[in-house]
Amino acid sequence: MDFSFLSDPRYDILGAFWMTIQLTFFSAIGALVLGTVLAAMRVSPVPVLRGFATVYVNIVRNIPLTVVIIMMYFVLFSQLGLRVAERTPGVNPQGYLDTTNFRLAVIGFILYTATFVAEAIRSGINTVPPGQAEAARAIGLRFTQVLGLIILPQAFRAVIAPLASVLIALIKNTTIASAIGVAEASVIIVTGIEFNPDQITAIFLVVALGFIVLTLPTGLLLGALAKKMAVKR
Amino acid sequence: MKYRTKAGLAGVAALALLLSACGGNSGSAGGVIASGTAAAGSATSAAGSAVSSATSAASSAASSATGSAGGSATGSAAAGDSALLTKAEGGSLIVGIKYDQPGLGLKNPDGSFSGFDVEVAKYVAEKLGVPESGIEFKESKSAERENLIDRGEVDYIVATYSITDARKEKVNFAGPYFVAHQDLLVKADNADITGPDSLDGKILCSVTGSTPAQKVKDNYSATVALQEFGTYTECVEALRTGVVDAVTTDDVILAGYAAQYPGELKLVGSGFSDENYGIGLAKGDDAGTTAINDAIQAMIDDGSWAAALESTVGPSGYTIPTPPTPGS
Amino acid sequence: MSDRLSVLYDHPGPKARRRNAVLSVVVALLLLAGLWWIYDTLNGKNQLTAQKWEPFLTAQMWTTYLLPGLLETLKAAALSVIISIPVGALLGVARLSDHAWLRWVAGIVVEFFRAIPVLILMVFAAAFYALYTGVSSGARPLVAVVTALVLYNGSVLAEVFRAGILSLPKGQTEAAVAIGMRKTQVMTQILLPQALTVMLPAVISQLVVIVKDTALGGILLSFAELRRAAGTAASVYGNFLAVYVVVAAIYIALNLLLGFGAGYVEKRMRVRRGGGTAGLEPITGVGEAGVPAALVPDDRAT
Repeated sequence: MDFSFLSDPRYDILGAFWMTIQLTFFSAIGALVLGTVLAAMRVSPVPVLRGFATVYVNIVRNIPLTVVIIMMYFVLFSQLGLRVAERTPGVNPQGYLDTTNFRLAVIGFILYTATFVAEAIRSGINTVPPGQAEAARAIGLRFTQVLGLIILPQAFRAVIAPLASVLIALIKNTTIASAIGVAEASVIIVTGIEFNPDQITAIFLVVALGFIVLTLPTGLLLGALAKKMAVKR
Repeated sequence: MKYRTKAGLAGVAALALLLSACGGNSGSAGGVIASGTAAAGSATSAAGSAVSSATSAASSAASSATGSAGGSATGSAAAGDSALLTKAEGGSLIVGIKYDQPGLGLKNPDGSFSGFDVEVAKYVAEKLGVPESGIEFKESKSAERENLIDRGEVDYIVATYSITDARKEKVNFAGPYFVAHQDLLVKADNADITGPDSLDGKILCSVTGSTPAQKVKDNYSATVALQEFGTYTECVEALRTGVVDAVTTDDVILAGYAAQYPGELKLVGSGFSDENYGIGLAKGDDAGTTAINDAIQAMIDDGSWAAALESTVGPSGYTIPTPPTPGS
Repeated sequence: MSDRLSVLYDHPGPKARRRNAVLSVVVALLLLAGLWWIYDTLNGKNQLTAQKWEPFLTAQMWTTYLLPGLLETLKAAALSVIISIPVGALLGVARLSDHAWLRWVAGIVVEFFRAIPVLILMVFAAAFYALYTGVSSGARPLVAVVTALVLYNGSVLAEVFRAGILSLPKGQTEAAVAIGMRKTQVMTQILLPQALTVMLPAVISQLVVIVKDTALGGILLSFAELRRAAGTAASVYGNFLAVYVVVAAIYIALNLLLGFGAGYVEKRMRVRRGGGTAGLEPITGVGEAGVPAALVPDDRAT
């Protein structure tokens, strides 16, 4: 198999995977925060909050991520006018452009992935025995305290494994950012088809290896963590 | 999943070509062809590269030389017969066009097809003795075109198909039937973008994996930012909403979009680089190539060429250029 | 669900009820303000004019673009799920085989295809078919999309199958062996049919994932699925935003329908089984309580 493309400057493999890692990192943090808030809303005593979170989750997770990402650019950015980066006149706008596309992609990933995080956490809340909440209420804690101090810490320990699945899915999903021009790992294979179709199998294997290096340790590490953190009952 | 024995054989041949290319390490063009067809192939490609640098008058001589060289080689293989002309005698043809390029090849809401490429395709078919009802149009994406011809899935392709040396190694080209120039599409009220060298500090949109935008950055405006999308539809949408400053590709393609939004978008009109649109057909079918060249010449001579352009991309204000010389 | 969750807070008294009402009103107002802002901005950009939305009332918009696109999406999804089930069953059973080499091979295949993005798989499949096979170019995008979806979802379903079989009570195997059944008989006649029933809702919910993933085929492969067909419509009618809103709505409706289908099947099975054997608890959504983690088809978020 011919791997000569590796020395071709057109293939910035490390740069592309670094972009994948950055997309994943920021999206994961955002999705965890938004997902937790959504899960809290879904179990809150305020009907409007419950309703909003339910509708949001059921709408957003049923839209293909491709459509979500393209809508980030063409609805949120270009129609609704949300500016996520500053364009300085007279300066090469490549930086502005890259930042804008990157941030729009991250917003899209957060909005989408948060629905799966919320569902995972909600099911985690279900694993906490009712006695825990009852005891917490009996000593006079309010809803926010019951959730924040008693229920969520236990729920999080129970959902590490499902959240790991969501994270791995997110790593793979970042390839969709290419739809709005973010140069992440999938552009390597596109470049390959354009310039070195004869080496496409080798290029595919390299890209696949890159993703395996990212996803496999993530799964193993978080799997071990899930076992360690599991609440013994 | 439609398998064809013929296509299958072609696939095996392609594989053989590919392997030989791998073995030959980067495979010089001539080498690839020589292992597949005949020595005539390398003669064709050599003549082909001569054509690109020659002027139209000189190159027509070169191409006729190519024709005779190719003809003698295919004589033994296809018994001096043109697959295209034989197929045309049967009264039906499959023609590759674009489906999503307004003004050139577009599938309309009612299922019909319109555009300049479609008009040329119909005219050529008619000259070959096939009425419009005998044409079956087939979508031919840019990346698929050589493959479609190679496998015999289309008889010829009229789909903004630029004649290049690399492609000449895989297919025969009739034409050019049109000479396009890379140009820029901007908002109608834009005054500060006047050409490829006035794009510094601007955002230029093109499709993923396309070279025209990179060409602007390399040769004209070093500090232009490039935005890439999957299709031109997205570029045009981004341009209309003002988040990119210009869209670049061939002028006639851009004219099609400009014609869709009259008064909203305009071409800058300082065309740079020449793109010779040809009609692609099976490698080695020289009788067919000549027949198509004659048809294009007839189309230019009887005024249908200019009329077709006028009715398709004319509404954008695109000035009808002087016709090229087919077979050059 | 609701009574389990209400355990988190006391039954609201007069003060709490007042506070909740105030909160509700404030949140509702904020939401309305947000919606108004979206409406106002889009209206200001002439995105809500009749001209942009009227095409959806014409038959041609549907018969030329949206319905053929939807058909391609459904075709790819249906083919993928139908082929994925036997592929998944085979891989799942192979991972439980007594032969170590078979377990290893199946394990590597499953882990490999679950670790790499479907988009990459699709693009490579298309290039592979173009270079090495005789699949006609017209069929190639669909074949490539289905290939990638089968490899991925087959691997996901393999894990579901494996977990489903493992979740069956040991007594099933022991009883079968006791009446003299051979290994293959135990698997095909006793374990697989039960595992299949248990995982039926999971398969239906996996369809949602598959339907969404077909949209990947339109990005780099020019597979004429719903999203891409809609893009063409947008370029003809010049109503990009409107087209995308309608397309998103179609996906939501379709996937909600599939979600309800999964829920219905699950409920019927629960009723039929009369809440008996705990090990046979049907699989539901992501990490539902009581379901072993491995039983949850992961990567739902794709």
